[in-house]
Amino acid sequence: MTAQSAPAIELSGISKRFGPVQANRDVSLSVAAGSIHGIVGENGAGKSTLMSILYGFYEADSGEVAIGGRPRRIRSPADAIAAGIGMVHQHFMLVETLSVVENVVLGAEGGAWLSGGVSRARAELARLAQDYGLAIDPDAIVGELSVGFQQRVEILKALYRGAQILILDEPTAVLTPPEADQLFSLLRALRDQGKTVILITHKLREIMEVTDRVSVMRRGEMVAHLATSETSPPELAEAMVGRRVLLQVEKAPRPRGAKVLEAIGLDLVDARGVALLSGVNLTLHAGEIVGIAGVAGNGQSELIEVLAGLSHPSRGVVRLGGQILSSADRNPACLRKLGVMHIPEDRHRTGLVTAFPAAENSILGYQDDPALGPGPFLSPSTIAARARETFAAYDVRPPDPELKTAKFSGGNQQKIVLAREIERAPKVLLVGQPTRGVDIGAIEFIHRRLIALRDAGVAILLVSVELEEVMALSDRILAMCGGRITGERMAEAADERDLGLLMAGVTEEAA
Amino acid sequence: MSAAPIDLPRWADTALVPLVSVAAALVIAGLVVLGIGESPLEATALLLRGALGSAEGISFTLYYTTNFIFTGLAVAVAFHAGLFNIGGEGQATIAGIFAALACLWLAPLPGVLLVPLAVLAAAGGGALYGLIPGWLQATRGSHVVITTIMFNFLAATLTVYLLVEVIGKPGSMQPETAEFASHAILTPMHRLLAPLGVKLPATPLNSAFLLALAALVAVWALIFRSRLGYAIRTVGANPGAAAYAGISPARITMVAMAISGALAGGLAVNEVMGVQHRLLLDFTAGYGFVGIAVALMGRGHPVGVALAALLFGVLYQGGAELSFDKPAITRDMVVVIGGVIILFAGALDGLFRRVVASLLRIGRGD
Repeated sequence: MTAQSAPAIELSGISKRFGPVQANRDVSLSVAAGSIHGIVGENGAGKSTLMSILYGFYEADSGEVAIGGRPRRIRSPADAIAAGIGMVHQHFMLVETLSVVENVVLGAEGGAWLSGGVSRARAELARLAQDYGLAIDPDAIVGELSVGFQQRVEILKALYRGAQILILDEPTAVLTPPEADQLFSLLRALRDQGKTVILITHKLREIMEVTDRVSVMRRGEMVAHLATSETSPPELAEAMVGRRVLLQVEKAPRPRGAKVLEAIGLDLVDARGVALLSGVNLTLHAGEIVGIAGVAGNGQSELIEVLAGLSHPSRGVVRLGGQILSSADRNPACLRKLGVMHIPEDRHRTGLVTAFPAAENSILGYQDDPALGPGPFLSPSTIAARARETFAAYDVRPPDPELKTAKFSGGNQQKIVLAREIERAPKVLLVGQPTRGVDIGAIEFIHRRLIALRDAGVAILLVSVELEEVMALSDRILAMCGGRITGERMAEAADERDLGLLMAGVTEEAA
Repeated sequence: MSAAPIDLPRWADTALVPLVSVAAALVIAGLVVLGIGESPLEATALLLRGALGSAEGISFTLYYTTNFIFTGLAVAVAFHAGLFNIGGEGQATIAGIFAALACLWLAPLPGVLLVPLAVLAAAGGGALYGLIPGWLQATRGSHVVITTIMFNFLAATLTVYLLVEVIGKPGSMQPETAEFASHAILTPMHRLLAPLGVKLPATPLNSAFLLALAALVAVWALIFRSRLGYAIRTVGANPGAAAYAGISPARITMVAMAISGALAGGLAVNEVMGVQHRLLLDFTAGYGFVGIAVALMGRGHPVGVALAALLFGVLYQGGAELSFDKPAITRDMVVVIGGVIILFAGALDGLFRRVVASLLRIGRGD
C-alpha cells in the first residue's frame, strides 16, 4: 500500500469483553484513506462490536483509536460524528412519516427554527446529488420510498453531517440484487471522491466485487488482512470459518416422484384491490426442489403464505395428494397435520418468538401435540429433553434449550426453525429465504439438510432472493414477476441471464 | 444497536429492580413526611406496626392483599396476551351485580351450593364484561385501553340505575340491596379458623383470601404450564408468530380478556360476598386501578403479584393506622405514598434498570 497519507482509521490492540464473552481480543486494523475496506466474519465474530466501538456505542476495555493519524477517544456517537465518522445501520434509523430532507436534518437542525436548517439541507442535498449521483426527491415521504432509497437517505444523513468515513453494516441484507449493484456503484463514487468506506458483510461476492482490501475476523480476533485482488472466495471462507468450506452444493440427480401438491389458478388480491398473485399454477413432486427466482416483492412471499394457509386466495384451488383442500383445511394448524411444513422467510417476525427460551420455540406450531404433555398442559421437561436432542442433531450452538432465543446468532436461530419443521417429517416443505442473515458455516449445513430431505422424498418449494442459491439447490426453477409465473426452466438448462430476463417479466411470448 | 436493551440477570430483574423502586419511593415519601414536620422513621415504624404488629393488623393487611391479588392477576393475564386491561373496576362491578343477584335469587339453595354458584356467577359476570372489549378489539380493532376505561363508567352507571330502580332494598333511601342471607356469604376467617383452635379478632378477612391463593397457583399453571397459556404468551410476544403457529390472535384476545375479567371478579367476591354482604355503590374503591401497579411491579408473574399485593396490603392497612395515630398524616398522605410507589415501580421502572445494570457491570469489574 502506498503511504501517501496517514490511514483514515488505525485501531490497535482493541479488546472488549461482555461478561464471559470476549467479543474483541487485541484487534488491530488499518484502513487507508480513500479506499473501500471490507470486514468479513461469521455472525458473532465481533465485527459489529468493533464497529460499535469505533462509532462510540461501546468503549473498548483497552486499545487505541486514531482517526486520520491523530489519536482520538470516542465515547459517544456524537464524538464519532465530530471525528467525521458516519454509520449506516442494518436496520434504518429513519422517521417514516417525515420527508427526506426532514430526516436528513434530524438532530442537526441548527437552531430553534426549522426553516434555516431545512433550506441549508436542501442546498446540500442538491450538491451531494450532483457529486455522487445520489439523486433523490427531498420532499418524498420516507415511508413511501423503496428500501434502496431509504438506505440512500441514511447515507445522505451521514454525508450531511460531514462524514469522511462511512461504515455500512450488512447494507445489502435488505436489498434486491439490482439495488445492491446501485449501492456498490455509489460506494465506488464516494471512494473516488476521497471518502473512506468500511463495508461489514458476510457475503463474499460483495467483498470480491467492491472492496480494495479485506480484513477477516473470527471469534473476536483479526485473522487476516488481505488485498482483495490477491485473494479468492474459498480462501476468505476458510479464514472466516477456520476450516475448508464447500461453497458448491453437491447434489446427485434424482428422478422425481409422484405429484404431491398442486396449485391451480391462484389469485390473491389485497385490501386495496392490488393483485398480488394472478393465475399461479404450480406442481410439486416428491423428491424435488422447485425454486422460485424473482426480485423481492413479486409475489413469492405471498405464494408461500397462501400455500401455508396464512392468507386465503381470492380464486384458485390447492390439491394435496390429489385431494382439493377445503377452506377449513387451509389454516396453518390443519396444514401442519397434513404434512405441509413451513420455514418462514422472516424468522424474527414469524418463525420465532425471540423473547421465549429456545425450547419453547422448538414447539411453535406444534403446541397442541399430545406428546408434549398431559391434557391441556405442556411438560417443560419433555419439551426441554426433545429440544436438547434436536439441538444436538442440528448442531445448534449453544445447545442450551433454556437460553433466550434472541441470544442465539442468526444461523443458530435458523437451525432452531429448521430442526422444528424438518423433525416432524414433512411431506411438503415451504422454505422462504433459508439462509438470510446466516453465516457461511450454517449456510452449508442448511443446504445439505435441504438436499438430504429432497433425497428422502420430500417436495420442497424454495423462495430466495439469492439467485445463486435458487440455482444451486433447485431441480426446477420458476421465475416470478408481478405476481405471475413468467417461465419455467430445468435447473441444468437454466442460466443467470435467461432467468434475469424472465424475472424482469420478459416472457417468451413477448420476446 | 443504538439504545441497547438493558439486559439484566433474572434475579435482578424480578427482585432487585422492584426493591430499588420501592426504596426510592419510600425515600421520597419520607421527605414529604419530613416536610410536614413529622419524623419519617417514626411514621414508618407506626405504619409497619399497624400493618404487621398484631393479629388484627395482619388480618386487615391480608384482607386488602386479597383484593390486590385478584386485580393484579387480572391485569397480569391480559399483559401476557399483550393487552392492557384497565377495566378491572368495571369488570369487578359487573361481577358484583352477578354475585349479588345469585345470592339474593338463589337464597333457597343450601350454602354449599349457593356460595360456589355465586362465586361462579361473579367470575362469569367479570368474564363477560372483559370479553366484550376483547371481542371489539379482535373483530373491530377498538383498542382495549379505550374501551375498558369507558366500560368502567358504563358499569358504574348501570349499578346506580339497578340499585335505585330495580334491585335496591325496598323502602330504603340507600342505593344498596338487602343484606344476603347468612348462608349466602363467605365465612370470615376468624370463624373459619376457630375450630382449629386459632383465635383471631373479627376482621373483614374471609375465605376469599384462600380463593386468591388458589387463583395465584391456577394463573401460574395457566400461563406457564398450559397449552392455552403458551398460546396467550405467543400472541402477546409476537402476533405474527402466533398466526404462523396456527394460533388465532383474535380468539386469544377474547379468551385472555375473559379470563382477566373473571379474575377481576374476585374483587367482588371478596368485597360483596365476604365483607359487605350486600351490593352497594363503588365497592371497587380503586382496587382495580391499583391492580395495574401490582401487575407491573410483579412483572406479571404470580409470585411477583403476590409480593406486590402484600406490599400494597401493608401500605393500605398501615396507612390507615398511621393516619389514625398521626392526624397530621392524613389518609390522603398515605394515598400520596402509594401513588409515589406506583409511579416509581410502574412508570419510572426504566430509570432504575439503567442504574442497576451499570452498578452490576462495575461489580463484575467489566
